[in-house]
Amino acid sequence: MTLPPEVDRRFRDAAAAEGLVDAAYDVVDSPIGPLWIGATSRGLCRISFDADRDPDAELERLAGRFGVKVLRVPSRLDAARRQLDDYFEGRRQTFELEIDLAGVPTFQQEVLRELALVPYAETATYGGLAQRIGRPRAARAVGGALNRNPVPIVLPCHRIVGATGSLVGYAGGLDRKRALLDLEGAGVSWLGGP
Amino acid sequence: MMQAVSIPPFERFYDDHREEVFGYLMRLLGRQPAEDAFQETFLRALRAYGGLEHGRHLRAWVFTIATRIAIDERRRERPRGELPELSTSDRRPAYAELADHAGSLPPTERAAVVLRYGYDLPYPEIASALGSSEEAARQAASSGVRRLRRKEGTR
Repeated sequence: MTLPPEVDRRFRDAAAAEGLVDAAYDVVDSPIGPLWIGATSRGLCRISFDADRDPDAELERLAGRFGVKVLRVPSRLDAARRQLDDYFEGRRQTFELEIDLAGVPTFQQEVLRELALVPYAETATYGGLAQRIGRPRAARAVGGALNRNPVPIVLPCHRIVGATGSLVGYAGGLDRKRALLDLEGAGVSWLGGP
Repeated sequence: MMQAVSIPPFERFYDDHREEVFGYLMRLLGRQPAEDAFQETFLRALRAYGGLEHGRHLRAWVFTIATRIAIDERRRERPRGELPELSTSDRRPAYAELADHAGSLPPTERAAVVLRYGYDLPYPEIASALGSSEEAARQAASSGVRRLRRKEGTR
């Protein structure tokens, strides 16, 4: 007497259609591992690489940002899933998705808006990004803001490299950063280091 | 002082209770009405979820919602009519078979018997599910059991 999948799905869709959900999420496959993606009615609010490691922590984090009514509703993530699939297949270079940055501190929002302008397959440095937001001495703070990027890949913090062109940090791990830059065909030398 | 119990994200609450709530509604209503009642139960829970003040007694709370929906449904659909065949499941306490034969009981007695013997809910929680006093909940369960025993005798 287990719950039939279609009854489960119907409830999830009805909950979202009634606007009862603070944030919807789903887990999608990708060549760099499963991605945990979340969205509110205002837009995409989360992409996480920790889908396997700690799904409960992601649920709590989303509930903390948007409210306890967090529910897995795959249909609500259809557009994001399709565009991510296209990106990983090399068919898409820019994302056309609304982003919900509610709860993100102002300085970090400024950094993320500037980050969104770095084109596909190109890179910029932390210092360069700091300069573009008119805070030339804030390279380190820019690094911190990127490290807490709530929607990596779509907001392309993987395109930001060290002053010498070296990869330096990435919240999802350097292997993923390298994989994303390789996918885009960015001409970055992997040998440079501090 | 009672320790504050935080409210889990809805997904976790739903995941913890969906199977047994569906099973419960199946036993009270049968397949098709149970599917509708299931959706209504969790939609109602979700509507109220943001207003909860703590995360205690969530299991009893969702059974309360399911019970009220099921009783309303039964009063509406089947005032005296035939009741569906009830399916059985494992992992239930002793006397669980009582719950399996509860199909012929009036709605309140039926819910009391199934909650008590099928799901092992304590009487204060059954009372809150039925919207009655604890005493009335005990009476509903025991009169339900008596009625079932009588039926056994006449079989």
